[in-house]
Amino acid sequence: MTDDRETSHNQGPTTVNRMADLNMPLTSAAGLFTANAPKVTARDVTVHYGDKQALFGVSIDIPEKSVTAFIGPSGCGKSTFLRCINRMNDTIPICRVAGEILIDGADIYDRRLDPVLLRARVGMVFQKPNPFPKTIYENVAYGPRIHGTTASRQELDGVVETSLRKAGLWDEVKDRLDQPGTGLSGGQQQRLCIARAIAVGPEVILMDEPCSALDPIATARIEELIFELAANFTIVIVTHSMQQAARVSQQTAFFHLGHLVEYGATEQIFTAPSDKRTQDYITGRFG
Amino acid sequence: MIALYFVLTALVAISAFAVGRARSQRLKVAGVRLHSLPSYHGLFLAAICTVPMLLAVAAWTPLAPRYVEARAVAALPEALQPATGLEHDARMREIVMAAEGRAQAPSPEVAEAGRAYVAAQTTSKTVLLVAGILAALAAFSWGLPRISADFRARNRFEALTLWLLIACSAVAVLTTIGILFSVMFETLRFFQRYPWWDFLFGLQWSPQTAIRSDQIGASGSFGAVPLFVGTSLIMVIAMLVAGPVGLFAAIYMSEYATPRFRSLAKPLLEVLAGIPTVVFGFFAALTVAPFIRRTGEALGLSVASESALAAGLVMGVMIIPFVSSLSDDVITAVPQSLRDGSYAMGSTKAETIKRVILPAALPGIVSAFMLAVSRAVGETMIVVMAAGLAGNLTFNPLEAVTTVTVQIKTLLTGDQEFDSAKTLSAFALGFVLFFFTLTLNVIALRIVRKYREQYD
Repeated sequence: MTDDRETSHNQGPTTVNRMADLNMPLTSAAGLFTANAPKVTARDVTVHYGDKQALFGVSIDIPEKSVTAFIGPSGCGKSTFLRCINRMNDTIPICRVAGEILIDGADIYDRRLDPVLLRARVGMVFQKPNPFPKTIYENVAYGPRIHGTTASRQELDGVVETSLRKAGLWDEVKDRLDQPGTGLSGGQQQRLCIARAIAVGPEVILMDEPCSALDPIATARIEELIFELAANFTIVIVTHSMQQAARVSQQTAFFHLGHLVEYGATEQIFTAPSDKRTQDYITGRFG
Repeated sequence: MIALYFVLTALVAISAFAVGRARSQRLKVAGVRLHSLPSYHGLFLAAICTVPMLLAVAAWTPLAPRYVEARAVAALPEALQPATGLEHDARMREIVMAAEGRAQAPSPEVAEAGRAYVAAQTTSKTVLLVAGILAALAAFSWGLPRISADFRARNRFEALTLWLLIACSAVAVLTTIGILFSVMFETLRFFQRYPWWDFLFGLQWSPQTAIRSDQIGASGSFGAVPLFVGTSLIMVIAMLVAGPVGLFAAIYMSEYATPRFRSLAKPLLEVLAGIPTVVFGFFAALTVAPFIRRTGEALGLSVASESALAAGLVMGVMIIPFVSSLSDDVITAVPQSLRDGSYAMGSTKAETIKRVILPAALPGIVSAFMLAVSRAVGETMIVVMAAGLAGNLTFNPLEAVTTVTVQIKTLLTGDQEFDSAKTLSAFALGFVLFFFTLTLNVIALRIVRKYREQYD
C-alpha cells in the first residue's frame, strides 16, 4: 500500500520534468496543484550518515518565488534534505548524498560546481540565531565583502541598508550599526541573520526551524517577513509547527522516517491529506 | 609532640563527626523531620571543633620560639646577656647546641640556660596541647546541644566551606604580594648603594665588585640595558618561531586535521612542553649553535659559538606547545553554529577561519601568546647554556648576548654575601622581570578587551 504510493509519487515529478524540458506550462508534483515554475528539482535523493540511512529516494519540485514548508516528526529527515539543497551536508565528513538535485536545471552535485558558489545562491537561516560576534553592520556586510559584490563603501552601505530594510530590522538598528550583533534580542538576531543571508543576493533561502528559539511575538514578525520575502525569493522552511506551515507556506511536504510521504498545496495537505500517516500527523496522533 | 597534636586534631574531627551524626540520627529515628541530613550535622560539629584547634596551632607557631628564646636568655647571668642582635644569635646557638647535647656547653651558665630552654619548650608544647583540647571541648559543648530538627547544619557547614575556598584563593594572591614585597625591599636596598637611573639606563654591565679593598679591576658596573636588550632579542626570536608555527599548527589541528590525527598529534606536541629545559639547553648549545656557526661561516658571516639566534630558535621550539595547544583549545571552542553561518553564505573554509573563527578566538589566542612570552622571558636554562654570559649591548642575533635570568642565576650561585651591591642587583633584576611580565599582562588584557568579539 505504502510502496504503491511511493512509486506513483516518484513517477509524477519525472513526468513533470520531461514536460519542463519541453517548456510546457507546469503542474506540480503528482499533478495535485498548480504553482510557479520549479526552482529546485530533486530526484531520488538518498542520504547516509555513516551506515545509517537518513533519506530514502526523495523526489520533489520546489516552485519559484513561493514558500514551501517541510513538516514531520523529529528525525524524519526534513532538515537533512534541506541541508542537501545548499550542500551544507558536505561539511559533515560521514555524510554521503546520492541522487540528483537541480537548481534552474543545473545539477548542484556536479563535480565542476563549487559548493561555495552554490551557497552564495542558496542562503540559509538556522534554528538558533547565529550572528557573528561582530557589529551589526559587519554581520550584514560579511557576504558582500567575501564575494566582492560591492565596489565602494557607499555601495556596501546601500546593500547593508537594503538588506536590513528587507529583513524589517532597519528602523530598530539604524542608529547602532556599530554595536555588536550578539547584543540584539533573539528575534532581532534572527532577522539580522535573515538580512545577512539576503545581502549575498541569493535566489533560494533555506530556513531550518527559524522560529523555534523565539517567543510568539518575534515568531509572528519572522512569519510576516517570510511572507514578504516570498515575492522575491524561493523560500524553503523546515518547521515543527503545523500552524506555522499552514500560515506561511503555499506548498507543504510531509516527511516521515526518511521518506517524503506526501507533497502538495498546503491547503490540500491540511484539509484533505491522501496518506493515512499525514492525516495522523496533522491531527496530532503522533509526532 | 606537634605530630601528636595533628593526630589529635584528626581524631577530634572524626569523633565529632560521628557524635554529631549519631545524635541527629537518633532524632530522625525518633520520627522528627530534620532540616539537614545527619551527615551535615556531623560535618558541622567536626568543623567547629577542628577550626579552633587549627587556629591555636597557627597562633602558637610564631609565638612559641620567641617565648622559648626569651626564657633561655633570661636564664643567663647578667654578664652573659647579649647586647647586640649578632651576639644574641651566637649565644642562642650555644644554648641550643648545649640543650640538644650536640656540643659541650662553654660554661656552666650556658648549660643552665640550655636546661631552661628545654623546659620552656616543654611548657610551650603543653600549653598548646591543653589550649587545643580546651578549645575543641568548648566548641563541642557549644555545638552539641544545637543539634535539633530545626538546626540548619547544611547551610552553616556550606558557609564554613565558603570560607575555606576564600582562604585557598587568598593563599595564591598573598603569595604573589609577598614575593613582590620581599623582592621590592631588596631592590630598594640595592638602589641605596647604586643609583637607579644608572641601573635602568646604564649601558655597561660588569657586576664584579671588589671583595677586598686591594683588588683591582673590579669596580662593579650595573647598567642593565645590555641585559634588557639581550632578553628582548631572544624573546623576539623565540616568538618569531613559536608565534606563527604554533598558531598555524593550532589552525591545522582544530580545523583541517581528522579527529584521529588530532588525537595523536596533540599529545605529542604537548610532550614538547614536558621536556626539561636543561635538555633543550644542551640541544641548543651542542647541536644548534655549532650548526648555525658553520652555516654562518659558509655564508661568510662571523658567528659567535654562543649566539642569541641559537638560544632564541630553541626557545621558540620549546614554547610552540604553549601557543599551539592553548590556541587549539580556544579555536575548537568557537561554536559550530558560527562556522555553519559563514559556510552557508558561501565563504570558503579559509575565509571562515580568517574572518569569523580567529576574531572570535582572539582573546584566547592573545593570552596564549602572552603566556608564551612570559615563558620566554623567564626561561633560564636554555639561555645559560646557549646564549652566553657576556653583557654585550648588541642587536645582532649572531653575537653572544646575556639575559636578565642568566645574570640572576650567575649572581646568586655560589657563596654570596647578601649585603653587597653585586648580590642585591639580582633582586633588582628580578623586580624588573616581574614588573615587565605584569605590564605585558595588563597590556594584553587591554588589547583583548578592546578587540574581543564576544560570542556565547
